[in-house]
Amino acid sequence: MSSLYEQLGGRDAVNAAVDIFYRKMLVDSRVSGFFDNTDMDRQIDKQKAFLTMAFGGPNNYSGLDMAAAHKPLVDRGLNDMHVDVVVEHLASTLRELGVGEEQIAEVARIANSVRDQVLNRAA
Amino acid sequence: MKLTFENRDYLLNPGETVLDCLLRHEQAISHSCQAGACQSCMLRLVEGEVSDEAQIGLKDTLKVRGCFLSCQCVPEGEMKLVRADGDDLCIEAAIQEKGYLNHNTMILRLKSSAAIEECKPGQYFTLITPDNVDRCYSIANDPSVDGFVEFHVRLIPNGAMCEWLKNTAQVGMSVKLRGPAGECFYVGDQDKSYPLVLAGTGTGLAPLYGIVRDALQQGHVGPMILYHGALVEKDLYLVAELNALAGQYKNFSYRPCVLRGEAGQFYTAGHIEDVVLQELPEDKAATRLYLCGAMEFVASLRKKAFLHGLSSRLICSDSFT
Repeated sequence: MSSLYEQLGGRDAVNAAVDIFYRKMLVDSRVSGFFDNTDMDRQIDKQKAFLTMAFGGPNNYSGLDMAAAHKPLVDRGLNDMHVDVVVEHLASTLRELGVGEEQIAEVARIANSVRDQVLNRAA
Repeated sequence: MKLTFENRDYLLNPGETVLDCLLRHEQAISHSCQAGACQSCMLRLVEGEVSDEAQIGLKDTLKVRGCFLSCQCVPEGEMKLVRADGDDLCIEAAIQEKGYLNHNTMILRLKSSAAIEECKPGQYFTLITPDNVDRCYSIANDPSVDGFVEFHVRLIPNGAMCEWLKNTAQVGMSVKLRGPAGECFYVGDQDKSYPLVLAGTGTGLAPLYGIVRDALQQGHVGPMILYHGALVEKDLYLVAELNALAGQYKNFSYRPCVLRGEAGQFYTAGHIEDVVLQELPEDKAATRLYLCGAMEFVASLRKKAFLHGLSSRLICSDSFT
């Protein structure tokens, strides 16, 4: 049985998904404010790293990195609702790419598994 | 096997990636996913070969410069590397010509015996005066054809470099150039038929003028359109040259845009951003967009063009501070 990351198409899937996903985030007024004043290239690189992780791919994030990276956003009001939006756009992106519901649920589960770290709550 | 990074040698273990080797030797290399996705561990090859695998997902303009992902690269031969954003060596140059393009823009041509052939129109150099004033300027021409490097300099009141250029610089005087750097240049290795949109404000025209002529020189056949944004009409420059180019090449058009302009002129009156977005080519996914000029202009149009459906990998930009 191949891994989820392989089933989804690995790095090619990440590259195919990143523009679609990032566009959804930028036009959604619930979350777009967090992307103001950010370098688009760097932002896209970060989205790719996130998608790689959420797709079950290899990643080297520690919980500490996750928390530290999002601390400034938490200070600006990042909360559970925003994480829900991310998971929602992640799912609709994958649906657009023709991924099955079972795999989408698995991706959502992985994304949700870092929720507490992202929101700087003790897990 | 040996790896040379920033002029120091490191021994590779069998099967080891470039990133692992450098981290093992306690070199501070930024990295994150280690899966070839996030691109934070990008380095640049100076000598040797790098596999296609280590360049997957990179922009063409980065690939051409030898950039690769160190976490995905297991060397098969000796490699010489530098940081992707690292400065290259300084080269000596001499002022060949200085003049004016309009009321607030200077043209500067520099000659150098060093290998200026390797720089591409649209990249930039840091110009360093004998008093160590330095500033970045984009390459407006093809130095390998012309034998000199051309810069366009916006004159800013009391700017250190501008004052030096106006008052002190003379033909024959020596300066230094560091670089070239930047990823704003024409890429047409495989396909020359994609739509090309170039938009710049002020001396953002310099790199775009270089890129346009390079693309035409290399036989680009897709439609190309160059937008130059100015506040008032007298801020435009190279109008005659660009109109002549548009007359000569059917697939190239030139669209000057003047914010405080009047209707019925040779230019379009209005904001360059609105004009560009209204006229984006139909095949948005294949369109390559070059943006150069003021930071706010570049950031805003970049985001809007992306939201209009342009691929993030096909937007190249260079903003001036």
